[in-house]
Amino acid sequence: MRTSLRGRLGGSALTLFTWLVAILFVFPLLWMLLTSFKTESAAYTDPPTLFFTPTLEQFAGVLERGFLPYLGNSAFVTVVSTLAVLALGVPAAYALSISPIRWTSNALGFFLSTKMLPIVAAIIPLYVISQNVQLLDNVWALVILYTGMNLPLAVWMMRSFFLEVPQEMIEAGRIDGANLPTLLRRVILPVVAPGIAATALICVIFSWTEFFYAVNLTAARSGTVPVFLVGFITSEGLYWAQLSAAALMASLPVVIVGWFAQNHLVRGLSMGAVK
Amino acid sequence: MTSTAPAAPRAASSPVRTTPSRPSRGGWKRRAPLLPALLFTIVVTQVPFLLTVFYSFQSWNLVRPGSQHFVGFSNYVDVFADSQFRGAMLNTVLITVLCVLLSMAVGLGLALLLDRKFLGRGVVRTLLITPFLILPAAGALLWKTTMFDPTYGLLNFVLGGSTDWLSEYPLAAVMTQIIWQWTPFMALLILAGLQGQSREVLEAAQVDGAGRWRTFASITLPQLSRYLQLAALLGAIYIVNSFDAIYLMTQGGPGTASTNLPFYIYQRAFQGFDIGQSSAMGVIVVVLTLIVATFALRLMFRTFDVKGGVK
Repeated sequence: MRTSLRGRLGGSALTLFTWLVAILFVFPLLWMLLTSFKTESAAYTDPPTLFFTPTLEQFAGVLERGFLPYLGNSAFVTVVSTLAVLALGVPAAYALSISPIRWTSNALGFFLSTKMLPIVAAIIPLYVISQNVQLLDNVWALVILYTGMNLPLAVWMMRSFFLEVPQEMIEAGRIDGANLPTLLRRVILPVVAPGIAATALICVIFSWTEFFYAVNLTAARSGTVPVFLVGFITSEGLYWAQLSAAALMASLPVVIVGWFAQNHLVRGLSMGAVK
Repeated sequence: MTSTAPAAPRAASSPVRTTPSRPSRGGWKRRAPLLPALLFTIVVTQVPFLLTVFYSFQSWNLVRPGSQHFVGFSNYVDVFADSQFRGAMLNTVLITVLCVLLSMAVGLGLALLLDRKFLGRGVVRTLLITPFLILPAAGALLWKTTMFDPTYGLLNFVLGGSTDWLSEYPLAAVMTQIIWQWTPFMALLILAGLQGQSREVLEAAQVDGAGRWRTFASITLPQLSRYLQLAALLGAIYIVNSFDAIYLMTQGGPGTASTNLPFYIYQRAFQGFDIGQSSAMGVIVVVLTLIVATFALRLMFRTFDVKGGVK
C-alpha cells in the first residue's frame, strides 16, 4: 500500500508543519510569558537566555506600580458599557428583525456607516465636551463612548440572531394565545441567548482593548489597562521583564474569555454573517 | 384559520422569511424599541462630527486663549498645502492596503492548514487566535522591545547583524505587528468559510478528476469570496484607524516616516493644540472615507442581503 503510506507520511508532515507554523506565530507571546518570570538582568542578555530560575518578582512589581486601579477601571468600563449596549441594542435588533419596517435597511446602513467614520474626526470635540462637562479623566466618559462604539456592531449581530427565530414558532405561539412577554421568554429568548453571549463577548473584547479614546481622554484617575502600559514607553529598555508581566496581566482576562468562547468569537466578529 | 402550519422551507444556509407585510398601522409602536439605540448612536457619533465641521472653520489654538474666531476655509487651504499631511495620507493607504492583503493571505494559508483533522487541532486553533486577544498595546510594546530591539531583540539574534528595525524600517516594523495581530481574525473567518463549503461539490470535483490546485482555484476560492470580502471590509475599517502600534512603537518616526492620519491628527491636536487645523484634517479624512465607504457599503449590502438574511 505505497500510496496510503505516502499519504499518511504526507499527512503527518503537514501536521508537523502546521504545529511549527502555529508555534512560530505565537512565539512572541511565548517569549513574553517566559520573560515575565525572569529577573531584569536575565531578560537582558545577548544571546537570550532560555534557562533561568523563575521568579514572581515582576508580577509583584507590576502591582506595586499601581496596576490594580487601572484593572478596576477597565473592569468597570467594560462591564457597564457592555450592559448598556445589550440594553439598547437587543430591543433595536428585535425591532429591525421581527417586524421589519420600511426604513429597516436605512437604519441598518446608518448603524454600519458609523463604524466607517474615522474616530480621529471625533476626538477633538469629544475632548472639548468632556472638559466642559467635567468628564475628562472620568470613567463615565469611556462608558458612554464605548457604548456608542459597540452598539452598531451589536445591532447587526443581534439582528442576525433574531432572524434565526423560526417565524412559524412565533405564529403558533400567537395562535395559542401567548402574549408578547410570554413569546419573548418562551420562544425567542432561548433561540437568541447564545447570540446575546456572542455579542457581549465582542463588546468585552473591544472595550477592554480600546486605546485611542482611553489614552486621549483619561489620565491617572480613570486610566484603563492599555493606559497603564503606556507608562512603560518612558522607561522602555529598562524594565522588559516587568513590561512582560504587565502585558500578560493586562491581557489575561480577555485571553481567557476568548479561549473559552472561540466559537462565539467567529460569529461575533463577522457580525453574525457566518454561522 | 387552519392550524396546518406550513412546514416553511428552511434551508439551513438561507432562512426564507415569510414575514407578513402588515400595513404601517402601529408602525411607531414597533419602531419604539429601535429609537433609544438610534438616538444614542446619533448623539454619540454624529454630534462630535458636526462639531468637528464647525471647529474646522475656526482659527483656534489652545495655547493662545481667546484666539478662537471664524476663518472660513483657510484651515483647509493650509492642510492641502501641508506635505506632511499628504505623507500621512499615503502612509495610511499603504498600511491599510498592505496589512489587509497580507493578513488575508497569511490567514488563508493558516485556515487551509487548519481545515483538516489532525492531532491537537483544537490546541493549534487556540494558540493561533491568541494574538488577536492580546491587548494591541501589549502586542506593540512586545514587538518593539523583545523582537525589534537592535541589541537584545530576538529578530537580530536569529538573523544576525544589529539592524535597528524601528528606525531603519519603521513602516515595515509597524505593519508586521498589525499583520501579526489581524491574521488570526482573518484565519478564523476564512476557516468558517472553508467549513461551510458544500462537501458534495468538492467530492464531485474529485470524481471528475480535478487536481488539488484546480479544485482550490475554481471551487473553493469562489465559494469563499463572500467571506474574503467581509474579512477585507472589517479589517480595513479597523486597520485604517491604527493608532496603538504607531504611538507605542515609533511615535510616527523617525521624522514622519511612519506617521499615519490618526497619529498626525492626534499630534496636531494634542501636541500642537491646533484645534482648527486638526479638525479640518478630520473632516477631510471623513470625506475621503465616505467616498471609499460608499463603495464598500454597496459591497456589504450584496454580502448581507438585508431582506433575505444572510446567505
